[in-house]
Amino acid sequence: MNLDFSPDELAFRDEARAWLSANVPAEPLPSMDTADGFVAHQQWERRLADARWSVVSWPEEFGGRGASLVEWVIFEEEYYRAGAPGRVSQNGIFLLAPIIFDHGTGDQQQRWLPSMATGETIWAQAWSEPEAGSDLASLRSTATQVDGGWLLNGQKTWSSRAAYAHQGFGLFRSDPSTERHRGLTYFCFPLDADGVTVRPIAQLDGEAGFAELFLDDVFVPDADVLGEPGDGWRVAMSTAGNERGLSLRSPGRFCATADRLLDLYASQPDPALAPPVVDAWLRAEAYRLYTWGTVTQLAGGGDIGAAGSVNKVWWSELDVALHETALDLLGAEAEVTSSWTDGYLFSLSGPIYAGTNEIQRNIVAERILGLPREARG
Amino acid sequence: MKFTLTDEQSGFARSVDDLLSRADPVAANRAWAAGDHEPGLKLWSRLADLGVTSLATEATPVEVCIAFEAIGRHAVPGPWIESAAYLPLALPDVDLTQSRATVATPYAVDADTADTVYALVDGELHEAVRGDPVTSVDPSRRLFTVTAGDRVDHGDLDAAFNLAVLAAAAELLGAGERVLADSVAYVKQRTQFGRAIGSYQAIKHQLANVRIALDFARPLVLGAALEVTPRSVSAAKLQAADAANLAARVGLQVHGAIGYTEEHDLSRWLLRVRALQSAWGTSTFHRERLLADLLAAR
Repeated sequence: MNLDFSPDELAFRDEARAWLSANVPAEPLPSMDTADGFVAHQQWERRLADARWSVVSWPEEFGGRGASLVEWVIFEEEYYRAGAPGRVSQNGIFLLAPIIFDHGTGDQQQRWLPSMATGETIWAQAWSEPEAGSDLASLRSTATQVDGGWLLNGQKTWSSRAAYAHQGFGLFRSDPSTERHRGLTYFCFPLDADGVTVRPIAQLDGEAGFAELFLDDVFVPDADVLGEPGDGWRVAMSTAGNERGLSLRSPGRFCATADRLLDLYASQPDPALAPPVVDAWLRAEAYRLYTWGTVTQLAGGGDIGAAGSVNKVWWSELDVALHETALDLLGAEAEVTSSWTDGYLFSLSGPIYAGTNEIQRNIVAERILGLPREARG
Repeated sequence: MKFTLTDEQSGFARSVDDLLSRADPVAANRAWAAGDHEPGLKLWSRLADLGVTSLATEATPVEVCIAFEAIGRHAVPGPWIESAAYLPLALPDVDLTQSRATVATPYAVDADTADTVYALVDGELHEAVRGDPVTSVDPSRRLFTVTAGDRVDHGDLDAAFNLAVLAAAAELLGAGERVLADSVAYVKQRTQFGRAIGSYQAIKHQLANVRIALDFARPLVLGAALEVTPRSVSAAKLQAADAANLAARVGLQVHGAIGYTEEHDLSRWLLRVRALQSAWGTSTFHRERLLADLLAAR
């Protein structure tokens, strides 16, 4: 048992650190959920991609470095330590790309992955529906088979980045005779296709971080079905595991925030707030170490499985605690918008997205602890 | 980078656990609390035969953690932390593998069965004589006042303290895991309103919180075992104490009134967890130590 990096891993870390320190913008970019900020973040993705830092874990032929999982976690740690911008391409590169690698055809990989790696094409999830949130399997949007493809109809909502993004991906009911998890198909479609209406929704911070999508006879060719028709739930659940688990929120960002919290405490110490400061740091440190256990397990051929739910509850509540503590330290100044208020508002969404923490606790209780299912539906 | 027990370490964990599962440590715990040391001393000898009393000097802190997690899981009585973690490092010239010793911090736990008693006075180790009994909230920890005598030559007391803190953290982790396992088993078989109570979300979510808290305590304990520092062991004990306390509170709540009885074995762990929270540094002490260390390292 050890926590030591190999010489190659240390060299990788040094290279990442040096590049980031020379290239991370000195001033924060405007919010990625504004028109200007979206473009600025796309440009940043291009810069990362030109130096092959945008998708380090992907194979080299698609713009990556073939980095190991250990190296990816190292990169993430360096990325957030350097104060680099949020990833506007995140839903594509972390959530959709693993599906395309596992289930996509060679043609789909060639068409979709390179422009995703450069940030030229930004992807948005189209999962939730007005009546299908936590109960995703109750979704009602349909796909009807026609000559050469499918017609999509229905309404999707809470679609992150969709206000400015180029492509959507999500589940549609392709077999009307089925219910729940069966008869669903995974589709990729352009957000500017005929029949798609995007209605941006302002989030708590006033910016259009997500959108509603209305689909009215949107034609999608067979070539843009991901996985087999009818197999969408199984395909999508591999995304869900990724989203809750390591890939969406690596420890790097929380450790970086914990360090900034310590800086804040050091600059204006308040002994009454020492306990929450220590506890927030401790929880980030626990996540950092926990992740090396996860990485070891995955590298040994294991599967995260339901442990992704353990993970998700932890980091989402940690993020809220880090920011609440910082705002407490700021006293009356806390009300004035700052990177801490931005981070705080963002952190509030964590316990909701990617499966609410209530759903995660059900999964932990049923799949890890083996408690009986509660009657549903 | 391989952050998991080696095959050899997993094998050691299994052998300690097997030994304790085959014995009846809960009966030994109850007898110990009542002043009958015989079953507990038998358990002590068998664990000593397995090498537990020589881990602090002969093995790594990882093996120490493995043993103490098992001690916590089985509520084993005896001055284990004192005799097998703290004193072997505090007294490198004294062979403690074949005897039992304890140290007052401020009370000497299980001094009535210790061959030797020490006291920590102003950062120095002294010989000590056992005084009056003091009742612990956990009756299986028999506390005594001491009268300090001559100062003794000692080793690195900070290193000894850190290993004791780590051992306490591992013991808390084991106790928390046991309470969770027993609580999960209970809510699966206990029926109310015609259903197993473990099917209710109100119960499930509390137990899920315990699973999550313990899952994040373990890497802090094992990480501290790989690099024993004031920072790492304080972090480990803080999270392990929090997680074990949550396990105890939730465990009691889901058991209901039966869990509140002395007769039910859950009581062994509820009381042990409470006692260990303040032994070898309260959470307030460890928080202050951790914060000072973090700020100094900036």
